[in-house]
Amino acid sequence: MFAQMSFLPEQASAVAGKVDALFLFLLALTGAVALGVTVLIIGFAIRYRRRPGAEPATPRIMGSTWMEVLWSTVPMVIFVGIFVWGAQIYLTMAQPPDDALEIYVVGKQWMWKIQHPQGQREINELHVPLGRPVKLTLTSEDVIHDFFVPAFRTKIDVLPGRYEHVWFQPTKTGRYRIYCAQYCGTNHSGMKGYVDVMEPADFDAWLNNRAEGSLALEGRKLFLKLQCITCHSANSRAKAPVLENLYGQMVSLRGGQAVLADDNYLRESILAPQAKVVLGWEPIMPTFQGQLDEEDLIKLIAFIKSLGPGQTPVRTEDAEPPIAPSIPTSPLLLPPGNALPNSESSPTIRQTPAVPSYTLPRGAVEKAGPP
Amino acid sequence: MSSVIAPYRPQSAPEPAPVSQLDVNYLNASYGVKSWLLTTDHKRIALLYLVSLSLMFIIGGLAATLIRLNLLTPTGSLVTADTYNKLFSAHGIIMVFFFLVPVVPSVLGNFCLPLMIGARDLAFPRLNLASWYVYMTGAALILWVIFSGGVDTGWTFYTPFSSKASHTDVVPALVAIVFAGFSSIFTGLNFIVSVHRLRAPGMTWFRLPLFVWSLYATSVIMLLATPVLAAVLILVGVERLWGIGIFDPALDGDPLLFQHLFWFYSHPAVYIMILPGMGIISEVITCFSRKNIFGYKFVAFASVGIAVLSFLVWAHHMFVAGQSAYSALIFSLLSYLVGVPSAIKVFNWTATLYKGSVTFHTPMLFALGFIGLFTFGGLTGLMLAALGLNVHVHDTYFVIAHFHFIMVGGMVMAYMAGLHYWWPKITGRLYPEMWGRVAAMIIFIGFILTFIPQFVLGYQGMVRRSHVYDPQFQVLNVLSTAGASILAVGYALPLTYLIYSLFRGKKAGPNPWSATGLEWQTPSPPPTHNFAVQPVVDCGPYEYSLQSAELGADVHGN
Amino acid sequence: MATRNASVRWHHFDSLQHQQESTTLGMWVFLATEVLVFGAIFTGYTVYRVAYTPSFEAASRQLNLLIGGINTIVLLTSSLTMALSVQAAKSGQRRKLVRCLGLTALMGIAFLGLKAVEYYGDYRDKLVPGLSFDPVQWTAPDVHPSQVQLFLIFYYCLTGLHAVHLTIGIVIIAILAWMARRNVFSPHYYAPVEIWGLYWHFVDLIWIFLLPLLYLIGTRDRWL
Repeated sequence: MFAQMSFLPEQASAVAGKVDALFLFLLALTGAVALGVTVLIIGFAIRYRRRPGAEPATPRIMGSTWMEVLWSTVPMVIFVGIFVWGAQIYLTMAQPPDDALEIYVVGKQWMWKIQHPQGQREINELHVPLGRPVKLTLTSEDVIHDFFVPAFRTKIDVLPGRYEHVWFQPTKTGRYRIYCAQYCGTNHSGMKGYVDVMEPADFDAWLNNRAEGSLALEGRKLFLKLQCITCHSANSRAKAPVLENLYGQMVSLRGGQAVLADDNYLRESILAPQAKVVLGWEPIMPTFQGQLDEEDLIKLIAFIKSLGPGQTPVRTEDAEPPIAPSIPTSPLLLPPGNALPNSESSPTIRQTPAVPSYTLPRGAVEKAGPP
Repeated sequence: MSSVIAPYRPQSAPEPAPVSQLDVNYLNASYGVKSWLLTTDHKRIALLYLVSLSLMFIIGGLAATLIRLNLLTPTGSLVTADTYNKLFSAHGIIMVFFFLVPVVPSVLGNFCLPLMIGARDLAFPRLNLASWYVYMTGAALILWVIFSGGVDTGWTFYTPFSSKASHTDVVPALVAIVFAGFSSIFTGLNFIVSVHRLRAPGMTWFRLPLFVWSLYATSVIMLLATPVLAAVLILVGVERLWGIGIFDPALDGDPLLFQHLFWFYSHPAVYIMILPGMGIISEVITCFSRKNIFGYKFVAFASVGIAVLSFLVWAHHMFVAGQSAYSALIFSLLSYLVGVPSAIKVFNWTATLYKGSVTFHTPMLFALGFIGLFTFGGLTGLMLAALGLNVHVHDTYFVIAHFHFIMVGGMVMAYMAGLHYWWPKITGRLYPEMWGRVAAMIIFIGFILTFIPQFVLGYQGMVRRSHVYDPQFQVLNVLSTAGASILAVGYALPLTYLIYSLFRGKKAGPNPWSATGLEWQTPSPPPTHNFAVQPVVDCGPYEYSLQSAELGADVHGN
Repeated sequence: MATRNASVRWHHFDSLQHQQESTTLGMWVFLATEVLVFGAIFTGYTVYRVAYTPSFEAASRQLNLLIGGINTIVLLTSSLTMALSVQAAKSGQRRKLVRCLGLTALMGIAFLGLKAVEYYGDYRDKLVPGLSFDPVQWTAPDVHPSQVQLFLIFYYCLTGLHAVHLTIGIVIIAILAWMARRNVFSPHYYAPVEIWGLYWHFVDLIWIFLLPLLYLIGTRDRWL
């Protein structure tokens, strides 16, 4: 038993033990059946070997229906049992818990680019906290890759053009190998990395020590820069649905179907907006295909996912003007012909805020300023 | 077949009665290159295939040698990454499409099927010759591709890598494989019509030798699956040539569509490879235990059952590819179903030995080795079909070990068994028995040493198609390469002594094994038209147990 | 296929009828493989048709249904003449056989000619991905140029593969017509006519599937 254990890789995730249990059971079953067949064959071959000089005289045995039925149905039953066991584990692997920590992974020839929602970015390294479920959302920039962590017993093909998900819950700190398990070209076997499982406190410290804004904050900047806000604003002149609380809801489409607003839906709506038009709105959204790479898309999607009620950014032009200043501005700034204003008669001066007012997206940490 | 069984004659017995000096057989009926290259005799065509397929096996084996040598060190110091990728692609393409799929049908099937059903040739002899030429065109093209720069997509040609990212001669490789596919379609067509229409009088379906049943089932798969491969490879070629995105997500294509269409052929293809081997085992086990096959109808129907079920399981190659969980569940369950007929066969072969009279000639040693290795490899298939476990071992060396157990430990051993079993019939010579036994044992040991470590490597996480690997995997890799070197010796031996036997082997009589079967009721080598008189069949194919009461009856006829 | 008038029985068959039954079975088996080839491409087409219906329908509307329709009539008529050929062969009417085979081949050639005209028209209308295609033309809502290109690729692959099969059929029918002229066939020996008739009908049948799948999936304001 222990000799067997020594050739198993480390078990570092919650599901690893279950996978190994199934494997060891099947190994035992395989061994028993193979041994049984071997013993029978060698046994019969020796027992019934032709003695020298003897003429062969064998009974005319044609078969036995009950034996055939027996050795068809018994394996069938065992197989169905194994199927159910394997399916149970698989279904667990296919359903990430709702409170999983989400991390984005982009595979490309021949590296793994990892983005934490809080902003930390890594290449070929994935830091995760111990004991929390982690859900990876993966895509590829070029060909099909595969994200494989033997210690976690997880594996998923990473496809270009869509998102796949895989989840795991690390149960042991340490560094565990990441491999690419789908042949992807010259450096396929060099496309390796490490998962770094840390104590939660260490992980939080590591997470805070980074230079950029969170993914959602970066996505918000893109949302404004690309003028998404022009149509997706939360006012009466909006020409497109508001995106607050959108993620995870069912969306009714023109044409009658309803679809779940998941990562793939958001991605498609940005790149091919005509594919699924929301009921009650016109198909006027332009496509952003070619203007965004995978990492930009991930930022935008992270931002949309973070949008709670009342959190849609407000455009500059729609911003409420601040209270008029009681002291006049410098005469040099007055348009020609205007008298010096005084607080009673002058119109309220619109002052453009330097930065539009906003609420920080949920989960974001206030940037401390340049390091 | 004839109700006479020639009395058992151990090979140390004196030569059988000398045949006429004017003994003309298919080998010496005509001479000259043209008589061989334009032959329509199924036996000569079988030999043409034997030579070409042996050559392809050697080339594919050379690629494997270089792969294993490269894997001696973790840093892959033998060849560059690109060369390594081309090597495993060449190995896979040659071994799958240009060796394993055609070998038993086109060599042993072509030679034996008409003899076994009592016919004078296959239904369409010129189509048979055409199939060899089509095969040779494909083989020449793929060899040109490999030696002029290679192709680096793997034998699976996954898109978008093969259609967009690869910088090698993908399209010629695809064309070569389509040619090989046509060759197998022609062969399968010929076999099906022959079995339906050319059986000797009295040869009912349930008196057919099980080798014929297995060839029939194989032919059904060849006919129905290979066209799908041709279609999908053509589409990939079109995509690559014209830059359109049939399977490219950047252009609205779906890479999973490629995988579904590809595996719709390639899974049944593995049954094309193994079914004829299973048929050989039925022949050899019965002959060398001198007993009827246990459960003839069950074995026959199991072949057909495997053929049918093989079309329903393809997406078990795609459990982690991004298909839905529901789809995965269905294919997993069906994959377990397809294991049952194979299990039935193994149990039936084992039961055939019971109360038999067993001898350990070379074909029998290979056959027994087959049963052991195929059983073990098939059982690891149960592991792969288990969804939760598949996630961990997919695309690792575990899968490589599994299919090499079936293909090499199974199929190639079965081919060796059949080659040795029918060698006297094909050539009229006996191979040196001692060397045959030595080769069988060396191959068995070398095989186990090569591939058992790979199961361990796979579970520990070593992925497929690895030019370099992490240092902790080195010990097992070295073991595996050591085994491969033993295996190479094991394969070199038959190459040597079989050729040697052509010149110096003892002459074989019509029936050196005292086997039943119509092919043994005609001289070795057979005359061009197989039988002097139309055989008539009046009993089942493996009636070893009936004592040879009518000694002295005409060996050739009724 | 045999030389004129000689015994047409191959040595491994028991009788002419035995040979003819076997060759007919062989042709049926071969046609089964053809179903699978076209079936695989139809499957790919269907997957994309379901996913990208508006683009496929928009692209389908641009195909030349007039030529497609005429070609259908041509091919169906050629199947009629082919069936008449088989009947003529069975009843030993040599001249009728030659004429019907010739007509069949001619109509096949007419089909190919019309197809060539149609392809040229497609080229002029910028419907050939990779050669002449203009994404700007496809701006309707829900219609994507890359999906339109997918449709067009399947259109060319399917009709192209069909045309290749048709060409092979025409060559063989022409050879059969020449053989018929030389009196090779008789009521005792007409298997080649029969089996290649099967092939010809199959090629026609493929076209019957192609026409609605490719030409008729979008509603049209005007049908030509």
